[in-house]
Amino acid sequence: MTHTAVQLPLPGFEQARGEWRSQYSRHMRDEKPIRNRSGIEIQPLYSPRDWSGDRYLEDLGFPGQFPLTRGIYPSMHRGRTWTQRQLIGLGTPEDYNKRVRRIIGAGATAISLLPCCSGFRGIDCDEVDPVLLGTCGTVINTTDHMDRALEEVPIGEISTAMNDPSPFTLLAFTLGVARRRGIDWRSVTGTSNQSDYISHFIANHQFYRLSLPGSRRVLLDHIEFCRRHVPNWNPVSVVGQHMQQAGATPAETMGFTLSTAIQYAEDCIERGMDIDDVLRRFTFFFDISISMFEEVAKFRAGRRIWARIARDRLGAKDPACWRFKFHGQTSGVDLTQQQPLNNIARVSIQAMAGILSGLQSLHTDAYDEAIACPSEETARVAVATQNILREEARLCDVIDPLGGSYYVERLTDQMEAEIEAVIAKIDAAGGMYKAAEAGLVQTMIGDSALAFQEQVDAGDRKIVGVNCYQVEEDPTVPPADRPDADAMNRHVERFRAFKRERSQEQVAKALDALARAANTPNENTFEKVVEAVEAGVTHGEVIGCLRRELGFGHPLIVA
Amino acid sequence: MIDNDKRPLRVLVTKIGLDGHDRGSRIVAAYLRDAGMEVIYTPPWQTIAGVVKLATEEDVDVIGVSSLATDHLIVPKMMDALRESGLNHVRVVIGGIVPDEEKGALLAAGVSRVFGPGAARDEIVDFVDALGRQSRDARIDEFSETNP
Repeated sequence: MTHTAVQLPLPGFEQARGEWRSQYSRHMRDEKPIRNRSGIEIQPLYSPRDWSGDRYLEDLGFPGQFPLTRGIYPSMHRGRTWTQRQLIGLGTPEDYNKRVRRIIGAGATAISLLPCCSGFRGIDCDEVDPVLLGTCGTVINTTDHMDRALEEVPIGEISTAMNDPSPFTLLAFTLGVARRRGIDWRSVTGTSNQSDYISHFIANHQFYRLSLPGSRRVLLDHIEFCRRHVPNWNPVSVVGQHMQQAGATPAETMGFTLSTAIQYAEDCIERGMDIDDVLRRFTFFFDISISMFEEVAKFRAGRRIWARIARDRLGAKDPACWRFKFHGQTSGVDLTQQQPLNNIARVSIQAMAGILSGLQSLHTDAYDEAIACPSEETARVAVATQNILREEARLCDVIDPLGGSYYVERLTDQMEAEIEAVIAKIDAAGGMYKAAEAGLVQTMIGDSALAFQEQVDAGDRKIVGVNCYQVEEDPTVPPADRPDADAMNRHVERFRAFKRERSQEQVAKALDALARAANTPNENTFEKVVEAVEAGVTHGEVIGCLRRELGFGHPLIVA
Repeated sequence: MIDNDKRPLRVLVTKIGLDGHDRGSRIVAAYLRDAGMEVIYTPPWQTIAGVVKLATEEDVDVIGVSSLATDHLIVPKMMDALRESGLNHVRVVIGGIVPDEEKGALLAAGVSRVFGPGAARDEIVDFVDALGRQSRDARIDEFSETNP
């Protein structure tokens, strides 16, 4: 909410301000208004007239105190630094295993797993043109594949974030591996990234598999199952990243994301789940653009709005539910093919914005992200960037270091107003599910993407090396790290043999049970997915079955 | 006979293969549309057979394929399929991320050009416009050859 700061009892303040204003105007006669990406006009200077701290306790509080604007924990990065969570995934499970063990050997306490695009499409490796396999992620279609991918990886001790959209087969495989190794499911920790089907329907079609009502049902089953059997797993990651990457402004992104979280929470309540039990496991995932102060204001405002929504609108009583836990990824859209080393500077600034905003985990893009899957060397620079910001720039020393800046506080208030207006618009459309189904959000994002590109084309928004400060260069795209074709062919052959040799009777029985569960409202589809993959059912077969029963997912693309 | 030069160019903007990131293809589609071309836009994940069918039914002059992951690797197969269906006059451009060392194979397969990230609006529009004219001329030649 925006409010005008109280008149300050500072003698001479108004006079001094007036003098500055007239001097400024003399120098800046034809100045055009400057707006940030969310459309907010940016002033040349902020003072106690814009923010005076008179609502400090209501709007900011101390870290760990409602409304959590300054941070969700009392000690923030001083107590526990953010988690460095780089996305990894390439080639066969064996390729992935080699890479992940090197990362763990270097001290990582958290890993991620990005599956092959064929997996995202919901099909197995034997159904795809082999040249496309494993080029953007790891080919994992069975529990055996996951077992090989996680060989000697201490699941149960290390947190795993998996790009695993509904119906969450990768988690099902992982639980199968845990059972094989005698590891208690209660010690399995991590996050189902990409569980946010609404964001996929709207903006990242990559992960969209099941019909909208089917996805809704399967997500709720997944949340319910995890709360019961995998209590330290985060079954929901609400994703703003896709929408901002697709062109939504930072304010729109935060508004859409919070509206999505409200939708999922309300669906859980309607299902009869205990909101205090569920909400503590909600996490968020955002893009961090190079519009640094705007991003800081976006996150601080988002934290405050979520705390109020969780407590007042959703009725969560446990303060753990008010915490806006988020992972940030530096924005690939801001990176350029031109003069690629410049991207190291861009990523540093984006990462800085995220860290100063108090994020919980961070992926920094490699500087070749705009043109390739990162090589080992560029990935190392990305990790080093985080280490430099922490160890050398010492960004962890002070909690919410930009808090109290007249500019940042004023902008936080203004972003909050913009975000709340977006949430109100979605509420008026009947909530995020209906707004997405009707195409409202897609239209808004498409308009913002085009408006931004028009500003770039017109030169009103400058991108170094693209529309200004160009140098004579022959832009190159380096060779891609393509998986070894022979190894991939062997992987596919071994998969075919596995399918021939498994117990076809058990597979048929498990698929029957899954189909039955999909048609029986009180049964849990995810429980049947877990059972099915243990019986040897593959990723593509699980999704094929649910697509038959619950409907195939077509993203809604609005021109 | 219709004066082919006066009819607006028809361009199919599409994505084949596995990747679904469509911000680029949507923007290029808007560029071409705003330049007066008739744009047929598809969602991602089209099959090669589907693209050939659509190109035939919609009578397009140019196909623009957006590839941000590795989907350009199957474009040579799409070129073969276009030829097999007698669509020799249809010109194909690719936009997106293609490693330099993989460009040669695409051009050799008959792709007219590969646009990289940051390509300017006018450059794309002018090139597609000229390409569409070429396609129209080639179609007249094909017609005269088959109907002497």
